[in-house]
Amino acid sequence: MIEAVGLTKRYGAKTAVSNLSFQVRPGTVTGFLGPNGSGKSTTMRMILGLDQPTSGHVTIGGHPFRSLPNAPRQVGALLDAKAVHGGRSARNHLLSLAQLAGIPAARVDEVLGVVGLQDVARKRSKGFSLGMGQRLGIAAALLGDPQVLLFDEPVNGLDPEGILWVRNLMKMLASEGRTVFVSSHLMSEMALTADHLIVIGRGQLLADMNVKEFISANSADFARVRVADGLAERREKLTTSLTEAGGRVMSEPDGALRVTGLPLPRISEVAHESDVRLWELSPHQASLEEAYMRMTQSVVDYRSTADQKAGLQQPAAHGHGQPGYEPPQPPVPQVPQQNWYAPPPPGQNPSAAAPAGPAAATADLTKRDTSEDAR
Amino acid sequence: MTTPPTPQAPSQRQAPAPQHSPQTAPAGPYTSPIPVRRATLGDAIASEWTKIRSVRSTMWTLGVMIVLLLGIGLLATLAVNTVDSDLGSTPVLSLGFFGVLLGSICVITLGVMTIASEYGTGMIRTTLTACPSRARVLGAKAIVFFLLTFVITTVTTALVAVMQTAFIESAAPSGGDWLRATVGVGLYTATLGLLALAVGALIRHSAGAITIMIGVVLLPLVLAMFMFAESLSDLRLALFQYSIPSQLSALYSTSVADSGPSGWDSLWIMLGVTAVAMICAFVTLDRRDV
Repeated sequence: MIEAVGLTKRYGAKTAVSNLSFQVRPGTVTGFLGPNGSGKSTTMRMILGLDQPTSGHVTIGGHPFRSLPNAPRQVGALLDAKAVHGGRSARNHLLSLAQLAGIPAARVDEVLGVVGLQDVARKRSKGFSLGMGQRLGIAAALLGDPQVLLFDEPVNGLDPEGILWVRNLMKMLASEGRTVFVSSHLMSEMALTADHLIVIGRGQLLADMNVKEFISANSADFARVRVADGLAERREKLTTSLTEAGGRVMSEPDGALRVTGLPLPRISEVAHESDVRLWELSPHQASLEEAYMRMTQSVVDYRSTADQKAGLQQPAAHGHGQPGYEPPQPPVPQVPQQNWYAPPPPGQNPSAAAPAGPAAATADLTKRDTSEDAR
Repeated sequence: MTTPPTPQAPSQRQAPAPQHSPQTAPAGPYTSPIPVRRATLGDAIASEWTKIRSVRSTMWTLGVMIVLLLGIGLLATLAVNTVDSDLGSTPVLSLGFFGVLLGSICVITLGVMTIASEYGTGMIRTTLTACPSRARVLGAKAIVFFLLTFVITTVTTALVAVMQTAFIESAAPSGGDWLRATVGVGLYTATLGLLALAVGALIRHSAGAITIMIGVVLLPLVLAMFMFAESLSDLRLALFQYSIPSQLSALYSTSVADSGPSGWDSLWIMLGVTAVAMICAFVTLDRRDV
């Protein structure tokens, strides 16, 4: 059981973790999610007593890590796969850790077998791939056969077989009654591994709930509708009719429409009544990934922009050389702006309850055109 | 808001369900079948011994040091023998001085690397997770490093001393001279290495700490050489007397300056300085974020 209360860490002016309180319970895999730089690793380091919190405290089984009576036998951690002296062999690395913790040396060969590194045990870890490094780090975490396990990004650099192995290992460890706390920025991975989620962004707690609750609280189902030939005026027409019928319509970048609030047969009827042919009418459920993206998009620290190469292109290139050449258009972003996401479920969405009249419909349309958040 | 009822939606929703199905509730918190034993300083020393012997840099630095001590000792013996010069009042054991001075750079490097390489690789976080007691980690490192360098330096200087007394004709050194030129020099060099270890723990950067330590060894003497001003003569003398090469030569009873530390004084000075540095290293290791 890990318990954080009001955990805060500041580095100068930057607040890495701000007033974070959560509990990690035994017997389940708890996923710790957040975009890059959201404070996951800082929190992990504070749990392990490596960083001192600016305020607040965190305990493991009721004790701060540094005053645990037998820390390495109670807590195992993988913080950084590269936190190994490259000149030392895998076996010697683990042996030194086992000796430090008073663990019998025979356990070293055991964990090497568990992570599948027995064949390279005597090779210097400098030559290890990232995946082998992760395995070595997991071996170090398992060395003390501890009750509490922390893994920071354990699947980074692993091959699919390795990812599956880590996933099953985490579940197996949790089913034995251990506390397993796994950080990741990959929602899809956590969806398959974790039972419980703690989501942070910019150092603040965004969610602390069961995976299933998380999905239902943060996503909604929608129907994707594609009008024949992708004609704009028909799309407009259908949008108006659907909105009048009580649905909510949003445009997707490729011309399809996202409709919520109407069952599929009803959408079909509305389309038929307004004489619009459909090429696609498909049901979709917002994935955990999408729910997570929607939750964290406002707190992403490092956002990429399109590589425009502005001012670097040679103007003469248009004159000679490649007559038919057009500069590549920036691709439609796969990570859409805010109003492409499925709206939050009923109750959280104020505009969903509003009566959908023609006025509301036009307002909705104009808002959509200016690509503002209609919600 | 209603959900489009579809045949696919339920299957999609159920697909991950088996994965999330609550695991069979465990009877209680996990307890390891491996007997739990409290780790001690002895365990940490065993661990540090494994660490120091399992990297090549240890073999290299100590190997180079042994070669330097033996090689320069042998060259000095040959040089004195071929020119057949008279050593006069210079004690014969002091011929080992140059080798030790150069060899101490290797000891400094190893001392710094013992702790700074852990910071460089990030290993320190793994180490301090496996043993949250900073005092035990630092203590074990210091003990292992000190004993290793002390034994090697003492044995090598003793070999050189035996070689030199056997091949060069001069007044036989006394028992006290022997002790200082072997055990004394061994202790002094190992303590200097310990100071380097403390600096490595404070600086947490190998190259930086090694540079600082080489500066500490050589700079006072170099500075003193260029202090021509009369008003600085006291400072100049102090720098001469208390510079590390001068302290080292005092152990051989041949000080660079005529006054200043003599005999075992150098060792006590070095022990005092190193103790202060080790305390600073412990306090920072205990307080700072890793």
